[in-house]
This record gives sequence, C-alpha cells and structure tokens, in this order.
Amino acid sequence: MKKPPTLVVLQLTGGNDALNTVIPHGNSLYWENRPTLAIPEDQILRIDNQYGFHPSMAALKPFWDRGKMAVIMGVGYEDPSYSHFRSADIWYTAEPTKIVTDGWLGKVVRELDPKAENVVTAVNFGRGLPRALSLAGVPVGSVARLDTYGLLTRLASPSQRQSAIELFSCLYDDGFDDKGHLPVKPLDPHAAALRYMGQTGLDAKKGAEILSTVLGGYRSTVEYPKTPLAASLKGIAQVKLGDVGTRVFYTSISGFDTHAGQGPIHAALWTELSEAVAAFFGDLREHDADDDVIMLLWTEFGRRVHDNVGGTDHGAAGAAFVIGEPVKGGIYGEYPSLREADLTDGNLAHTVDFRSAYTSVIERWLQVDAKPIVNGRFEDLAFV
Amino acid sequence: MVIASREVQMLTDLELMAHLYRRAGFGATRDELDAALARGYEATVDELVHPERVKPLDHWLMWRYYVDIKELKQSECGEAYFVYRMINSPRPLEEKLTLFFHGLFATAWSKVAITKTLCNQLDMFRENCLGDYRTLLVKMARDPTMIFWLDNQMNTNEAPNENFGRELLELFSMGIGNYSERDVKECARAFTGWGLENTIPGVQPFGRFDWQYRFWPERHDYGEKTFLGETGTFDGEDVIEIIVRQPATARFVAAKLYDFFVSDTPDETAIGELAEVFMQTDGNLRAMMKHLFLADWFRSDQAYYAKVKGGVEHVVSVARLVGDFGEPAWGINSLALECMYVGQQLLNPPSVEGWHTGTEWIDTGILVERINFAAAQVGDVSKPGIRRIVERLRSRRDLSPEQLVDGCLELIGPLRVLDRNRSSLIRHAEEGGPVRWEDDPVAAEQRVGEMLQVIVATREYQFA
Repeated sequence: MKKPPTLVVLQLTGGNDALNTVIPHGNSLYWENRPTLAIPEDQILRIDNQYGFHPSMAALKPFWDRGKMAVIMGVGYEDPSYSHFRSADIWYTAEPTKIVTDGWLGKVVRELDPKAENVVTAVNFGRGLPRALSLAGVPVGSVARLDTYGLLTRLASPSQRQSAIELFSCLYDDGFDDKGHLPVKPLDPHAAALRYMGQTGLDAKKGAEILSTVLGGYRSTVEYPKTPLAASLKGIAQVKLGDVGTRVFYTSISGFDTHAGQGPIHAALWTELSEAVAAFFGDLREHDADDDVIMLLWTEFGRRVHDNVGGTDHGAAGAAFVIGEPVKGGIYGEYPSLREADLTDGNLAHTVDFRSAYTSVIERWLQVDAKPIVNGRFEDLAFV
Repeated sequence: MVIASREVQMLTDLELMAHLYRRAGFGATRDELDAALARGYEATVDELVHPERVKPLDHWLMWRYYVDIKELKQSECGEAYFVYRMINSPRPLEEKLTLFFHGLFATAWSKVAITKTLCNQLDMFRENCLGDYRTLLVKMARDPTMIFWLDNQMNTNEAPNENFGRELLELFSMGIGNYSERDVKECARAFTGWGLENTIPGVQPFGRFDWQYRFWPERHDYGEKTFLGETGTFDGEDVIEIIVRQPATARFVAAKLYDFFVSDTPDETAIGELAEVFMQTDGNLRAMMKHLFLADWFRSDQAYYAKVKGGVEHVVSVARLVGDFGEPAWGINSLALECMYVGQQLLNPPSVEGWHTGTEWIDTGILVERINFAAAQVGDVSKPGIRRIVERLRSRRDLSPEQLVDGCLELIGPLRVLDRNRSSLIRHAEEGGPVRWEDDPVAAEQRVGEMLQVIVATREYQFA
C-alpha cells in the first residue's frame, strides 16, 4: 500500500551562493564577476554546455543524472530584503510585504492533521522551532538528537528517569477523556492555563514516547557521514521508517554567510550537505521507502554577483532544489541574467517567486490547497 | 473529581516577597529574600521603584572581558549583554521594565540589524522607564531604531508615511477604536522630518555605526493640523502631549502593565485604578508601579502565580537561582541562545506586536526545552545556588520524603503545587526513602538535585 507523501525541508542558513552552486560556466560574465572565486572549469560537474554543479556536489550529481533532482533557478521575490532574518522570515511565512508570524508549514500541518490528532505529524530536528513550523494550536515535535531526546534526560539512572517520567504523567494529567477534554470545565482562567499546560505536557511526552519507539526497529547498512546534518537526516530516516505518521520534517545546515574565505567554506558545506543527503536517500532506498519522500532545499537569498575578493556579500535571487524519486528532474525557472544592466545593487533579479515552489510542493505533493497558505495563486512549477 | 482550581489562601510574608521579586525582577534566592524580609515589604517596594538610589551594574567589567560587548558588532553580543544585566543588575525593576518596553515598543534585529543602535534603545528604556510616559514616548519617537523600524525616515511633507503615526496610536498609546483615520494622517504629518543621520551601511570593512536621530526641517510639514479635536501647527511633541492627556492612553498603559506585572487575566477594576494613577500624575510610571506593587490585588491570591513565565524570565530566573553567572564567563552566550530556544530571542521580537504572552509562551517543543534546560541547571549540585539549597536542607537534619519535597518547594520558590501533585511528589520521594546526610552525603545531595529537577518539570513551575 502506498504510504502518504512526506516532505523533508532542508534550510541552508546564511544565504547560499547560487552562482557557485549551479555554475553558468558557459557565460563569460561568470568568469568576469568571479575573479577570485570562480571554480576552475575542469572541476565543474557539468550538467550541460551552459551549467554545472560545484565539485563538492559529486554525491548529488547522480540524482540529477537519473532525472530525480529539480533545480529552481532565480528563485526569490519582489523588493528583496538583504537581511538574513527578514528574508528568512519572508520564506518562513510566505509573506514578503508585511510582518506576520504564522509559518507556512504550520498551516500545511494544520491541513494535514486538522484535529491535531498526531503530535508528530511534523518533526523538527534542531533546537528551537523555525518560524516556518510555528502556528498556534499545531503541535510539532522538536528534537535536538533522537537518541537522547526526551524529558528529564539528565537524570542519573534509567530507572530514576522511568520513575520521573511516570511522575511527570501524574503531574500533568487532569483526567482528560479520549478527545483530550476535561470531564468538567475548569473553574477559573488560571485553571484553564494549567489545563492547557497539562495537555501540552502530555503531548510532549507522547511525542517523545512515539519517537523513542522508532530507534528499536531501525536497521540499516548505510553508513552516514559523521556530521551534524547527517545525524539529523539519519534521525529523519529513522522516524520516517518507524511509520509513526510524520508528514513534514524540517532541519537546517548553517554557515552559508560566506563574506570571506568562501572557497573552502562553501566547498566543505556542500560536501557535508551532499554526502548527508545521498546517505539519507540511500537509506530510504534500502528500505524501499524512497517513493514517498521529497526534499526541498532552500536558502534565504543568493549572493552578490561580483565577488569581494575571497567572499561574496548578501544578494537577492538564489537557487532552490527538490530531490527525490517522485521528482521530475531539470531546471525550473530561468537562470537570471548576469548583465550589469539587469542587476539591482549588483544582485540577480528573481525570475520565479518562491511561493511557486511552495505551491507545487503543497498541491502536487501534499495534496493540500496552497492558496490560503501562500496567500494567492502562483505559477505551478510541476516538478513533481 | 477535583479540578485545578485555586483555593483562596493567605500568602505568607515569604511567599509575598518571592512573588514581588518574580514580578519586579527575575526572582530572588532565599538569601536575598531573607534580607528583603528584614527590610519589610513596603521598604523593598520603595527600593525597587527607586533604582537611581542603587549603584548601577559595573559594565566596565563586561567590556574588559568582551571587547565586542562594547563594539556590539554581532547581535549575539547584544543579547548576551542584556541577559547578563538581567541576571546581575542590582536594579531588577529597571531591567524588568526594559524587557517590558522591549516587547511593547518592539523593534527587531530582523529589520534594523544594527546591534549597537538596538542596545542604545534599551539604554534609553533603562533611563526613562520610571519617568513620565510623555517623555518616554518623545524619546521613543526620536529613537533611531524605532524610526527605521517604522520607516519614519521616509515620512516627509511631500510624501507622508503613516507607519509610525499609526502604530504610535494603535500599539504604543491609545489602542484601536479611540481615534479616526484622519487622526492617523494628522499624527503622521506631525512627525514628518523626524529622521536619521549617520546611516552608514553596516557592511564590511567599516563595521557597524550606531545611527542617530536628526530633525530635517526641510522635510517637516509646518502646516496646521487637527488632531483628536485640537487644532494647531503641531509637531510630534505637541501630538504626544495631546495623546498622553487621553483617558484611552491611561487605560492602555495600565492594561499593559497589569498584563505584564500582575496576571494573564485582566481585571477591569485594577486596571481602572492604575489608569486613575496615570491621569492624576500626568503619566508617572514610578507612581503607577508603586501603586501596583502595593495594591491589594497584587498582594493576593488573585495574582499569585497567575502568569505564565515568559521565555526570558524562565531562563534568567533559573540562572539567578543557580548563581552561576555572577561575573562575565563563558556560557553567558549560551543563555542568550537558550532564550531563543524557548521562543524569546532578545533584540529580535517576532513582529511590531512584540511577544504574545500567557499560554502562547508554551508549545510542546518549548515546554521540553524549558524543562530540560532548567533540570540540567538545578540538577547540578555543584552550582553555588544549588549548594546553598543543599546546605539549608542539611541544616534541617535528616528529612522524611515529605520534608524533602516541602523543603525543595520552599527553597526553589516558595512554589505552591496542586495538592494531588504534592502527593505525587511525595510518593515519588518515598521510593528513595528518607534523606540521611550521615549515611551517604553524596547520595543525599543527589536526592536533592533529583527532586529539584522534578520540581522544575512541573506545570506550576512554568508560572510566575
């Protein structure tokens, strides 16, 4: 039986340099603008006679070759913000013109699980919830490390901890019925707050219990690299393979803010990313589970076209990627013009709105109406 | 069955003093509470509302250790510095009000991106938080962070920008429904030309410069305006003068203070009283705070633990309890990060509305993070604040399970938990039997550490 479609979102924090990721080696302006940072032509992983990948993306290239990787070029939005936080917030909330706080994935999760019946419909790997997943009334599991996840993990012995967890249930349980309702209405507002806290605590405990079950059944021959991102993606694979009903996963890799020393930093980041992602999909394939997962990679902006001698400053339009067996590979959107007259503040103009990518993920993959989530109709990119 | 409802009980002097310090500051250790009890409640309130009588925190100490706290190039440094001040300032109410105004007049790194300018704004709050509301609003309107955050540098006589004018009325003073769209336009006109200078972009290699306020006369609209029924050639100061005379402003400030300092559940009578103090004293914040802390409704069961602790309050109060961050040390930055993990990144409120309070502080991820952070801190019996708790318990000789639970609840708060939760805690403690200091001192200390971890995991501990 086909499993429900699952989305993994991987955020590249700091602003990944699109120009040195999907390299327009056929364009002389690339070589002119990158006197200190151009990737040597013989090292570029060519995908055609115009474009090629950064050499550190070798582990991802097979996905492209098999037609399982969509590259969305020139992705961005009108009147771009060069602030990391603001631009990330714009992507988190799918709202470029005003400051709002509801996350687009939070709204997706509300559609997937309207009654919040499964506390792990969405699981974030990392500390602190990204605003993309933040929405009142939507429970989201948030895990720093799966093998040490849980409540009161610092208690000395397992038996002590077991006893403390049982105690925790007593301390948070007001005697809810099956639907999570109290048999009697609370008498005052403070009691209502205590009750809310009780429900949230029990949800958290339930989430931790569900997630702890997935470790036991997991076996794999895939060796993940020893990197933080690989650890998170391994955790995601474990939860996915544990069949606990998670539909949306989230994690991130940071360090892309390469104002200086970009060459080695950017290479190391893409090596870590590519190897971890390849291991993740390899693991799913080994378990015959790669048909129902796609991964969206995004970053808050691309970087300045001309390098600053060793690094690049904040830019505008960038590149996003969608990877997975169900994906129809290829280049989507249009590679932005590098001609000086077409740049704004030295930055690439966007050719496709990021909410188009969201729309296709939400509607084609997760089968949910995208319009209320991205606040409007955007071109469907049909990459899945 | 018994529902979590609170019985009306008299607060003990100790409970009342701890309550005062949780609200006027970030909690107090038992030693600090004993010292305050010796002074008495009213004298303590008087001291809290007069921070100028207390020597300020020595910021040179911080500057010596961390050059970047002075330079403030990175947002993290500004966040860590604020956390350090909240833990260590001998003027707790000054820092608490600074946090309050940081949420009320919310401006964020997400747009402003100049840490020094954001931190200058916090200093402005420190200086004006107990003065009159008119002065505070004028300083806020001339604050470079606020000007940029709400685009007032673009507000000119030729192209008025209403953003600041609207938020001044809606979010900073009167509240929606108490003025017309015409008033918004006229208000914006009065602030034309209130702009910036020194706006050197914060990019390398120049580093960051703090922006300054500048009045641009050629951009100001000197024409006649009619605002809230009054007519004149008003500028921004005149408009603020009119705003602070409005009963709606008095009620607005009163309600915000009540929500932050007293209870998540509004009480119209109490808010009315505070508004009355505002009207009688021309918006004197010190008079309002003093009235609040001395009011019966504050010193009662109605307000006791009636607020969900905010993220920063939670992190800072735990840090104060364990007493580990009394001087600049590695790790202060991790506390700033912890604030972010529990949903309240300093210098970066989520929107112009600041942080949402009450139960909105808590979701599943944040609750786990709050509990695990607090448990890791209080479970470490080598930390000075926890050592003091252990010593006090040791001085009470061997402890029955019940005495262990009650002793820990008393020394960590005092914290009241639901009766049946207290019973559950005692049952849990009974598994380990009585605490005998002579038999195995290390194990006895661990018992205390473990009980404290369980207590900070309770729902009751999530309230202030």
